[in-house]
Amino acid sequence: MKILVCISNVPDTTSKINFTDGDTKFDTNGVQFVINPNDEFGLTRAMWFKEKQGATVHIATVGGPSVEPTMRKALAIGADEAFRINVEPTDGFYVAQQLAEVVKNGGYDLVIGGRESIDYNGGMVPGILASLTNMNFINSCINLEIDGNNVTAVREIDGGKEKLSSALPLVVGGQKGLVEESDLRIPNMRGIMMARKKSLSVIEPVDGLKATEDKKFDKPAPKGQVKLADSVDQLVDLLHNEAKVI
Amino acid sequence: MSVLVYTESEKGKFKKNALEAASYASAVAKMLDTTVTAIAFNSTENESLGEYGVSKVMNVSDDSLATFNAGAYAASIAEAVKSTDAKVVILSSSTDTKYLAPLLSAKLSAGYAPNVVQAPDSTSPFMVKRTAFSNKGFAHTQIDTEIKIIGVSNNAFGAHENKVDVSVEEISGTADNATNDTKSVEIDKVVGKATIADADIVVSAGRGMKGPENWGMIEELADVLGAATACSKPVSDLGWRPHGEHVGQTGKPVASNLYIAIGISGAIQHLAGVSASKTKVVINNDPEAPFFKAADYGIVGDAFEVVPQLIEKLKDFKAQNG
Repeated sequence: MKILVCISNVPDTTSKINFTDGDTKFDTNGVQFVINPNDEFGLTRAMWFKEKQGATVHIATVGGPSVEPTMRKALAIGADEAFRINVEPTDGFYVAQQLAEVVKNGGYDLVIGGRESIDYNGGMVPGILASLTNMNFINSCINLEIDGNNVTAVREIDGGKEKLSSALPLVVGGQKGLVEESDLRIPNMRGIMMARKKSLSVIEPVDGLKATEDKKFDKPAPKGQVKLADSVDQLVDLLHNEAKVI
Repeated sequence: MSVLVYTESEKGKFKKNALEAASYASAVAKMLDTTVTAIAFNSTENESLGEYGVSKVMNVSDDSLATFNAGAYAASIAEAVKSTDAKVVILSSSTDTKYLAPLLSAKLSAGYAPNVVQAPDSTSPFMVKRTAFSNKGFAHTQIDTEIKIIGVSNNAFGAHENKVDVSVEEISGTADNATNDTKSVEIDKVVGKATIADADIVVSAGRGMKGPENWGMIEELADVLGAATACSKPVSDLGWRPHGEHVGQTGKPVASNLYIAIGISGAIQHLAGVSASKTKVVINNDPEAPFFKAADYGIVGDAFEVVPQLIEKLKDFKAQNG
């Protein structure tokens, strides 16, 4: 089985978010970048398929040279080979088209991306990629088993979960549940050394549709002071008469 | 040309997010001086959409589509977009709709802006405001394609009554599922209880509860309020509560009217995930807990004392106020 894990390079979850250039760009100053958490759950599940079922695991990231440390981390976790599509990932439709080229050329059976990236929250790349490559698609996937060509998966739904059957080739929008938090791996020294020698190919982008453009950003309005209640009586009164939520 | 909205139903009845999406569609139609057409699947109360500004409902009556299927639903919605010559498609932010949205986007070569929180900034160019950076910011996104798809955030724009005459057309579905071959085997869903996605009130608890055996009072508080229960990431990682309850940046987003956080210190990732809630209440024995800086109301106190008192007080309150 040949697996491609699509990895987005995102600000660490603890990052404070600021904007620059007249609020038209995300301010990367002082920000640590990491593998998008939803992608990391997928990568870790892919490592399981590599170890238990002999799968080959490649990764692909759309981005400039600055994303390579994040890609090397994915290689250090155990991916075999990496592809970087050398263009800024400004639009989900465009990113999906770039990844579709890698998928078509690589003949992958399974493609795993995150349900959404935690920066631009588009949540569209895996689904569009599946459509463009005529692969099946399961989103918000929290369990994935593969036996030959047969797929059994569980996806999250509002208020519960749904078990699905499908078949390879398949694209998955992954999240926590594909593996547990405790299954995530911190690269060891040997992995980091080996990752330096693994192939990281740079591919130039193909022409594609840029469907959307983020023109401007704002930050949420600053929060007022919390009102502390001395008793539950006072709290219920505030929620009823002031906030009018009960 | 009209604005097309997909109105999601469950067992024939429209969900709250369907009425919010219809209201949003009605606002966009007003800006474009056109009307709203809705597409629904096996709905039994189509006329009710007229209350929210929908002048035509295309109801797909098809038993084979009784269970949600992203590929088949996207195919039917795409057909409706073509037959109505819609240039703007309005969706909700449910898990099912976020599953079909990218498939629809690809089918129509349409730009998709999810998590939109207010009526478009402008329609020429078409610009919408949406949450980004997991609620730590907003993006004003311009959609440049001929057909535009907008996903409306839960509980942001709201449902607004705006009665118009409505006609209903029963249509057959496009059972063309060839492009996404997935079959539902089993659905495991809590019935008769509010979900985090739909609930007006969410009661959430963290590590301050000390162990899963102490969740009885959290569930009781939720019951009294008709609320959904949720939890912080450490609680779900420790296996005290199911993953489906984890709210925050890597869990589910919350956009309820009232969010009550009990024994949750308020890590930045948690605050991001729940910040779209309108009123936030924190109960914590540590006055320095970061959540107090993000909350509207709070009680500094031991959850094991405050929560039982709150349950009793709310029971009295409900008895008096119905």
